[in-house]
Amino acid sequence: MSSGRDEILSNIRRSLGVSGREAPRRAAVDERLKRAAPGIVPQRGDVTGTERIALFRRYAEAVQATVALVAGAADVPLAVAAYLRDQNLPATVRMGDDPRLAAMPWQETALAVAVGPSAGGDLNAVSHAYAGVAETGTLVMVSGHANPTTLNFLPDNHVVVLDARDLVGHYEDVWARLRGVEMPRTVNWITGPSRSADIERTLLLGAHGPRRLHVVVIAGPSAPLTSA
Amino acid sequence: MVAPVTSPSFKANASQALANAQLQSVLSGMREGFAARRREAAGQLPEFEALRDSARDIKHHTLAHLDLYLERYVDTVTASGGQVHFARDAAEARAIITSLCQSLDAKTVTKGKSMIAEEIGLNDHLEQAGIVPVETDLGEYIIQLRHEMPSHIIGPALHLSAKQIEADFRRVHTDLPRDRDLSQPATLLAEARQVLRQRFLAADVGITGANFLIAETGTSVIVTNEGNGDLTQTLPKAHIVLASIEKVVPTLEDCAQLLRVLARSATGQEISVYTTFSTGPRRPDDVDGPGAYHVVLLDNGRSAMLGTSFRDVLSCIRCGACMNHCPIYESIGGHAYGWVYPGPIGAVLTPSLIGVDKAAHLPNASTFCGRCEEVCPVRIPLPKLMRHWREREFERHLTPAATRSGLAFWAFFAKRPRLYRLVTRAAMGMLAYAGRARGRFRRLPFAGGWTEYRDLPAPEGATFQARWRGERGGRA
Ligand code: SF4
Repeated sequence: MSSGRDEILSNIRRSLGVSGREAPRRAAVDERLKRAAPGIVPQRGDVTGTERIALFRRYAEAVQATVALVAGAADVPLAVAAYLRDQNLPATVRMGDDPRLAAMPWQETALAVAVGPSAGGDLNAVSHAYAGVAETGTLVMVSGHANPTTLNFLPDNHVVVLDARDLVGHYEDVWARLRGVEMPRTVNWITGPSRSADIERTLLLGAHGPRRLHVVVIAGPSAPLTSA
Repeated sequence: MVAPVTSPSFKANASQALANAQLQSVLSGMREGFAARRREAAGQLPEFEALRDSARDIKHHTLAHLDLYLERYVDTVTASGGQVHFARDAAEARAIITSLCQSLDAKTVTKGKSMIAEEIGLNDHLEQAGIVPVETDLGEYIIQLRHEMPSHIIGPALHLSAKQIEADFRRVHTDLPRDRDLSQPATLLAEARQVLRQRFLAADVGITGANFLIAETGTSVIVTNEGNGDLTQTLPKAHIVLASIEKVVPTLEDCAQLLRVLARSATGQEISVYTTFSTGPRRPDDVDGPGAYHVVLLDNGRSAMLGTSFRDVLSCIRCGACMNHCPIYESIGGHAYGWVYPGPIGAVLTPSLIGVDKAAHLPNASTFCGRCEEVCPVRIPLPKLMRHWREREFERHLTPAATRSGLAFWAFFAKRPRLYRLVTRAAMGMLAYAGRARGRFRRLPFAGGWTEYRDLPAPEGATFQARWRGERGGRA
């Protein structure tokens, strides 16, 4: 194994005409990794407050996600229940043990709540997003027992709770937040429900992952609300 | 050995493709569909052109420091509990993966879409070792059922009609009711979802490719719209990432720059549905995820390419835009190119990977219209690189017999008016280029050959001489 490594690295160095020990090259690499410069960042994400929520919503809806706004965390269970009812889906959900979800008044609804990762038998899942990115209507999920990765992909219908305080303008803002902690095993960017255009370029939803993606944004008391 | 090659019979392949009415009907419309969507997505982002410069610069910088970024990447993967394995060639990569699967006692392996797996012919090898590989990208699944190669790097089964896919599903899914309705793409997708869901849950190992590897964090990145890659890598005991060495980029920020141009160039999406960043195996307090995380890094000639005029090819992020905008690809589809990578990128990459002796025809499969370079998100000068290969071919083959076979190549195209129109432009571009570079080429039998073949079916519109004059004038 290490002979493969040595040979490949020395081939690369021969092709580049370097030894690998040149101080300026090493410094350039160290510097780039340390600075992690953002590069070109689209201006359209430079909005705040309700405008940022509107931008997120516009791009999420453009790719067939649905979005509902609620004023506070306590309103989330009713919004989830209403969504499932409107879609004629059973009143069952599975979620991880995220404390923010656990603190919500699920008992105010008729929803049957199961907790833990999915083994494939669940129709509906609820997750709490780590962040949202307005630039493209993207949800950012991180793995862990609070929000198991299987819930992002196995259930047919995925409801994601996004706190507007976690909604950022650009991808780079998420990296800045994550750089302070250990990189999670999995970071999932999710933009719309699963789809495929592999058969005759016909766009179809629900290829392997969720057929529906519904985002409940906790917008704060001053936000203009829409009914769930 | 790598995946089976039919590139030497490019002419016959192209001929068959042109005569294949079903293929022609699928291909017509494909280019405009992709091109319009890319145009729209690019138009919606004022920074798109600046992002392309940024993407190119990131790739150039990384390639110029590839040894150091690879070393860093190995360190960060190891620190996160993963393991990196270097494979010098296809055989070594296959052997590493097979022994990893065997050590995990794997019976079935699910696979996300990976061009590298196609490049090394992984499926056949796993099957020989008694391990069942299951492709999970819908398009890859379909072509696996048909024992075909992908015809497009982002839409592997775009050459097929729904009717053909229905026939394959009926042939293979024999435990399902015979009177079921498979008349629509939607019912075909539903059936594939149901069948593959069982495979996902049963798999022992998941193998994915990687769009990017991030040196800063030891992270592998996959991009999909279906979610198949995520089920592939999340559910089994182990996740094996198979990637080539040039996939590494320095930082998360660099990766975001590249992601901003990838989907827009490929499908015209703002971003793909799922972009997944994976760092190491399951953590102590995780409740799901793979118990082991391995990365197999394939060289297969790339470290040597770095030192040639084809280095830029290693910047490719496999978006498929060059083939989506290529008039030759549109005329003959992907299979005619005879190996894993079709279209303009295939025309410059394949000769490097399998040898110019086998792929000599591919760099000729161009009209030099320049569309591929215009749309390439990392600005690879594809037409120039195709010219390099052709120049090498000239130099290698300045013998009467080889010249005759070169003429046979032109004769082949000249008999097919649609391709002829495209390729005569290429010939003119090539001659102008060669003539400019070395005046003597104009007196070589190649040019004389044209007078010999002048009585072949002429293209519509201007005569060859008129075009030749116009073209040369235009290029002077
Ligand atoms: S060569 Fe450029 S356009 Fe073609 S697949 Fe690669 S990155 Fe895309």
